[in-house]
Amino acid sequence: MNLLPSLVSIFDELTQRFGAQIEHAHAPQPNELYLHAKRELAGALCSTFYKKYDGRLAGVFAEDARAEHDVFFVYYLYALDSKHAFVLVRVPIPAEQPELLSLTNAVHAANWQEREIQDLFGIKLVGHPNPRRVVLHDDWPEIYPLRKDFDLRTELPPFTGVRHKFREVEGEGVFQVPVGPVHAGIIEPGHFLFSVAGEPVLYLQLRLFYVHKGTEKLFESLPIPHCLRLAESISGDSSFAHATAFCHAVERAASVEAPPRARALRTLCLELERLYNHVADIGAICTDVAFVTANMHAMRLKERVLRVNEQLTGNRLLRGMACLGGVRFDFDADQLRVLAQLVNEFEKEFTELVELIRSNSGTRDRLETTGVLKPEVARNLGIVGIAGRASGFDHDLRRDFPHDFYNEVQFTVPVFTEGDVQRRMVVRREELFQSFAIIRQVLGKLPSGSIRTAVDEVPPDRVALGYVEGWRGEIFHWIHTAPGNRLARCKIKDPSLQNWPALSEAILGNIIPDFPVVNKSFNFSYSGTDR
Amino acid sequence: MFETLRQSLKTGIVTSSYPKTPVEISSHARGKPEIDWANWKDARIGASVCPTAAIACEDRDGKRTATLDLGKCIFCGLCAEADATIRMTSACELSSCSRDELKNVARYKLASDGTQQSLIEMSGAVAMPIEPSSDSFETTGRELKRRVAHVFGRSLHIREVDAGSCNGCEMEIQGLNNPIYDIERFGIHFVASPRHADMLLVTGPVTRNMELALRKTYDAMPAPRLVVAVGACGCSGGIFGVNYASLGSVDRILPVDVYIPGCPPNPYALLHGILMAIGRM
Repeated sequence: MNLLPSLVSIFDELTQRFGAQIEHAHAPQPNELYLHAKRELAGALCSTFYKKYDGRLAGVFAEDARAEHDVFFVYYLYALDSKHAFVLVRVPIPAEQPELLSLTNAVHAANWQEREIQDLFGIKLVGHPNPRRVVLHDDWPEIYPLRKDFDLRTELPPFTGVRHKFREVEGEGVFQVPVGPVHAGIIEPGHFLFSVAGEPVLYLQLRLFYVHKGTEKLFESLPIPHCLRLAESISGDSSFAHATAFCHAVERAASVEAPPRARALRTLCLELERLYNHVADIGAICTDVAFVTANMHAMRLKERVLRVNEQLTGNRLLRGMACLGGVRFDFDADQLRVLAQLVNEFEKEFTELVELIRSNSGTRDRLETTGVLKPEVARNLGIVGIAGRASGFDHDLRRDFPHDFYNEVQFTVPVFTEGDVQRRMVVRREELFQSFAIIRQVLGKLPSGSIRTAVDEVPPDRVALGYVEGWRGEIFHWIHTAPGNRLARCKIKDPSLQNWPALSEAILGNIIPDFPVVNKSFNFSYSGTDR
Repeated sequence: MFETLRQSLKTGIVTSSYPKTPVEISSHARGKPEIDWANWKDARIGASVCPTAAIACEDRDGKRTATLDLGKCIFCGLCAEADATIRMTSACELSSCSRDELKNVARYKLASDGTQQSLIEMSGAVAMPIEPSSDSFETTGRELKRRVAHVFGRSLHIREVDAGSCNGCEMEIQGLNNPIYDIERFGIHFVASPRHADMLLVTGPVTRNMELALRKTYDAMPAPRLVVAVGACGCSGGIFGVNYASLGSVDRILPVDVYIPGCPPNPYALLHGILMAIGRM
């Protein structure tokens, strides 16, 4: 078994404790341990990883394997950050009694993901504190779309079911304020129900999945090369990050590696994506506290990046750039010069923008101590990405699980513990300065050579995990290949899926007029969550 | 305050001034694919690599019907990589009032090896920029301002609805408000309520979960009202198409006045489509 020594010792310890109830399975990467376990062991393994190995649950998902094994499989993905390793535990759920013991009471990060399994596979959750529908809204009929015997192209009749009932919050002077799904701004749809007493928010209920469009099921119906273009449309502002995570998964399943130059170009594109999104968010946060001038400067800078994106890759959102085994377009000397110039000018102007924001004390007044997500709450909810780093979670896949060219460059990961809107903005600001450094380092040591390794038909029945630290946080794609260069299953995990509940916590006690800025400071992806 | 003013003054005007500035699109940009229809030998090559079936072909009785549907195209350029008779251009102003006009259909006589021997006929107008020819963002905007003024007195108010988009189209629509494009200088304003809106700008394949909200938004608008479908998904369902969770194109739910192709359409393409919608009234 070709495993990291630390994983070998973990496996030995687990075998001593659980004996033959767990088996080792082949994993495509040395830093991944794949285990097959009895269903009853899911909870015990979970607490072992949390307590003994400083692990955390990075994802829970299911697969319909009734045709081959007569069971559903549920997978638990644990990230052992300090050991730079992943553990994937697979447990069988019998087809005739599809029930899953919920882990949500112990690990809140599992909440929506487990309910998603219940909605899409019809695996009943046992012991879940709130086992209501999430993905398929309450008025949907009883269907289980991710089961293999459900046809993707099924056109459902108009919905007649009972619509969602929100929890009632009662008391003297308590009002409910519903917002959405169509919001006032040019943003994605979702429904928020505030319960307020006076101005402060007592309770916030979230209703999402309005843009659920069957993406994971769709992955199972397309040839793998077409799936890559679909991956670009999972979350429009993270097109390249999602596409790259998908490429990593397919490349691992096919046992190929992207050449060094391709990995360097991917890193450049990932950082460009970070540049335009972070600067836009900083501007939007300023807008939400009425400092519109700063946003105008920020939008100007964002537009500049989008135009360079187009010059480098042919598309303003970097679409069409990703390709299995590498990247599609090389950058010539002129394009590299444009990029180097962008970084220099962007840095100079961004520094001025930072000074501008700093000079405006009113902005700081509104942002500090607003929308606080305490580190212990963030840890309980398993919050990742920028939101996690602003609340004390020192973690970044680029550093802890370096992919692409990130092991060739030096950078620091900014972490704060205050967890307020100001710190979420500052994390972005500091990450931008790191991005400039990363891009310069990559440009300084850009390898020559090819930009693509050919990926032929991917062998069937391979499993692989792809991951990328997108600008929002960690993105996982887990695939199981099928014959004919297709996929039997593709699980997409955008960081927003488990981060959303942070909003309900951070807004408590804040006033409704501060909600837009608190929401923007997280800037979750609706489409990435809903898929 | 002084710092704010100083920086604004130092930055100066960044909005592209008209009418001098030409459309600022990089020569690398991928827009409309152009097919050399007369010399196209094998549509199956493009059809096999096209992720959204924007290029499709059907053979019957020794004849082939080959289609290029700009409403489905995501401008990835994979067809041009695979087939030398297809070339990617940077043309982005592709909006059309009719869904059929976005489709170019050619009929070919087939050779014995399955390739196309000769072009029999072509149908479907190749989407052309509407008159007057818009060679720059500013002239388009100026023309738009004139027509908006004519139709709505002074201004056009737009309500945007994401009915299932990936957020890519939203990003470009937001871009219309940045200081570079500054769409408000043409009297166009994005509003928070459908009750204030003259136009509904809809993105995304319409999801089952958004169907009701989209209908309600439309119903809340005062007449006369316009509906513009944005992006490959809004025009045709795009890569998502019709499935258990997606109803596909916007025109399956609402009467659509203008289709704006693109994935996502850039700000120029969006402005062009909005102008076309006004011209229709």
